[in-house]
Amino acid sequence: MEPQPLALKVLNIFSAVLLALATWLVFFYAPMELVMGQVQRIFYFHVANAWVGMLGFMVAAVAGIAYLRTHDLMWDIIEQAAVEISLVFFITTIVTGSIWAYPAWGTWWTWDPRLTTAAILEMIYIAYLMLRQGIEDPDRRARFGAVYTLIGGLSVPITFLSIRLFRTIHPALIGTASAASQGGFDMTPRMLHTFLFGLLTFSVIFVTLLWHRIRLGRLAGKVEQMKLEVMQW
Amino acid sequence: MKSEKLHATHDSSLVTRRSSPGSFLRAVSAIAWKDLAAELRSRELLSSMLVFALLVILIFNFALELDVKTRSTVTAGVLWVTFAFAGTLGLNRSMAVEKDRGCLDGLLLAPVDRSAIYFGKAISNLAFMFIVEAIVLPVYSVLYNTNLFNLGLIGVILLGSVGYVAVGTLLASMAVQTRTRDVLLPILLFPVVIPIMIAAVKASSGFLQGLETTELMTWINLLIVYDVIFVAVAFMVFDYVVEE
Amino acid sequence: MIEVSKLVKRFGLKTVLRGLDFQVQEGEFVALLGPNGAGKTTFLRILASLSRPSLGEIHIAGYALPAQAAAVRRQLGVVSHMPLLYGDLTAEENLRFFGRMYDVQQLDQRISEVLELVGLAARRRDLVRTFSRGMQQRLAIGRAVLHDPEVMLFDEPHTGLDQDACDMLDKVLRDVAARGRTVVMTSHDLARVEDLASRFDVLSRGVIAASASRQSLGKNNVLAFYRQALQEK
Repeated sequence: MEPQPLALKVLNIFSAVLLALATWLVFFYAPMELVMGQVQRIFYFHVANAWVGMLGFMVAAVAGIAYLRTHDLMWDIIEQAAVEISLVFFITTIVTGSIWAYPAWGTWWTWDPRLTTAAILEMIYIAYLMLRQGIEDPDRRARFGAVYTLIGGLSVPITFLSIRLFRTIHPALIGTASAASQGGFDMTPRMLHTFLFGLLTFSVIFVTLLWHRIRLGRLAGKVEQMKLEVMQW
Repeated sequence: MKSEKLHATHDSSLVTRRSSPGSFLRAVSAIAWKDLAAELRSRELLSSMLVFALLVILIFNFALELDVKTRSTVTAGVLWVTFAFAGTLGLNRSMAVEKDRGCLDGLLLAPVDRSAIYFGKAISNLAFMFIVEAIVLPVYSVLYNTNLFNLGLIGVILLGSVGYVAVGTLLASMAVQTRTRDVLLPILLFPVVIPIMIAAVKASSGFLQGLETTELMTWINLLIVYDVIFVAVAFMVFDYVVEE
Repeated sequence: MIEVSKLVKRFGLKTVLRGLDFQVQEGEFVALLGPNGAGKTTFLRILASLSRPSLGEIHIAGYALPAQAAAVRRQLGVVSHMPLLYGDLTAEENLRFFGRMYDVQQLDQRISEVLELVGLAARRRDLVRTFSRGMQQRLAIGRAVLHDPEVMLFDEPHTGLDQDACDMLDKVLRDVAARGRTVVMTSHDLARVEDLASRFDVLSRGVIAASASRQSLGKNNVLAFYRQALQEK
């Protein structure tokens, strides 16, 4: 078994430390927001998760194109890793969003463009994973994965735009007040620090998880190869 | 003897000309024509799409309580849901024919650009969708006593179907090569065609409510943009889906 | 006519063809033998331009694969064990379709000639769906010779045929071979190919393990030759 490289071990610790620090900052350093109270604190993690999720999305799209051009299976491993981790980050985003939404607007879910697009993106990720599951041949799996990442990736911005247009032309939201729908509030310097630190933390966590997942992918590949060699006797 | 005659003509008039735009178009039309001719004989694909579409409309009748008042706002939505679901049936069957008898190999062996296969299949899929839509519209009109003969509506249906089929043909080519096959296509397709659904329903609804075309340009533009982008991307990427 | 040099084919981590070398002169009829799973079908698919090599060089009729695949395809006629025909079209319509795809000149005349050749002229207006397997195979051969290719590839064409059908098929194969075309046929049924081929090659463990012409072997020694080839490392 290949041991974890030193850099990765350091990253593990670094991520944990950052997360602890970030949590401390969120609860003790950042000031209490006037309108929404304690619940607002979840904003720091919620937005950071969303942005990093988007990062994962872009990594996946780029990896897909890279695979199609080079046929190097490493890109395929990166692509799948990025999709899976982005999937998780978006789930966290949606859940933290709901936790914020309920006290703020009285509803767990709104059909606003960002949330809806996030949900659709999750569906695309799940479809991607289901597609891969149904294919035996690694090369075909990688090709199809890359193609779907490309198609899905292209459709997401257009989807976001469509829903945006849908909402602005017919502004009647289902349920509650739209005023706070963008969650608008001004950020004091301390809030900004906390937010940026949170962003940094989750970016580091993303890289750590991505590395772990890529490593897992490569090890799985090695197991496959060993299995094949054994079976050929 | 016949064998001698064939041997003598070896190498001259039988050998095909070099690749040209003409041969590309010929291949595309040959494939589209082949699909339509075969379907005309068996009518399996069309009949299953049609029956399914009519059943969906029937179910909507009970599920949505389409009384006269709500009908006008909801018709566009019902129509597009119907088309989306019936469409996946058609896409699946169309690609399954090629896959099951190994015919896809037959197509791949031909000395034509791969994208000719994509366009040929997409055109025949589009034709099937149009046929189904052309039958569903009057039936719906009669069942619900609504006049659906509206040029704007028909235009939107055309535009929306093009985008749907463009992406659908590509994804169906992938889905048919997996274990999970039929079930996978809607899962892959629906999240990606949401912009079409949104724009098509909005525009259809607008036309049915008598709005001016200029008011609906946002949606029509969205449809056109989607169509152009995805037809281009799909045909560029098709190679990777069929080559090994 | 066919030149293959150091052909390697990998499926993910599994290597099926390991640096295979293979040459065929114009007009030769090569029987490619080997146990199931040896890679005969894979090799034939690569020659047929349906699959890309992982490494190595291939030239057919002077054109390189995969770079000049379209030019190669014009010179290839392929018959596999699946008929590659459309059940809902008639025999004539099937041939007309493929004729258009290959841009065959004087198509009507050619279709009649081919139907005569494979003994299906009487059934030209019948749906292929109604044909027996033997008839479908014969029509498949008709499709393969329609554009008068230089090279013909057969992948276990006798599969699933009864004795009568096999005999008819052999007659057609002899006709085809008599016209000076280059033929490569895979088979795991030695009795079938003994009389047809001018050369026997054995594919084992991803390379051509042995090759012998019919003349050098004499009539009843093919089996012994085959067995011995498989024994050797």
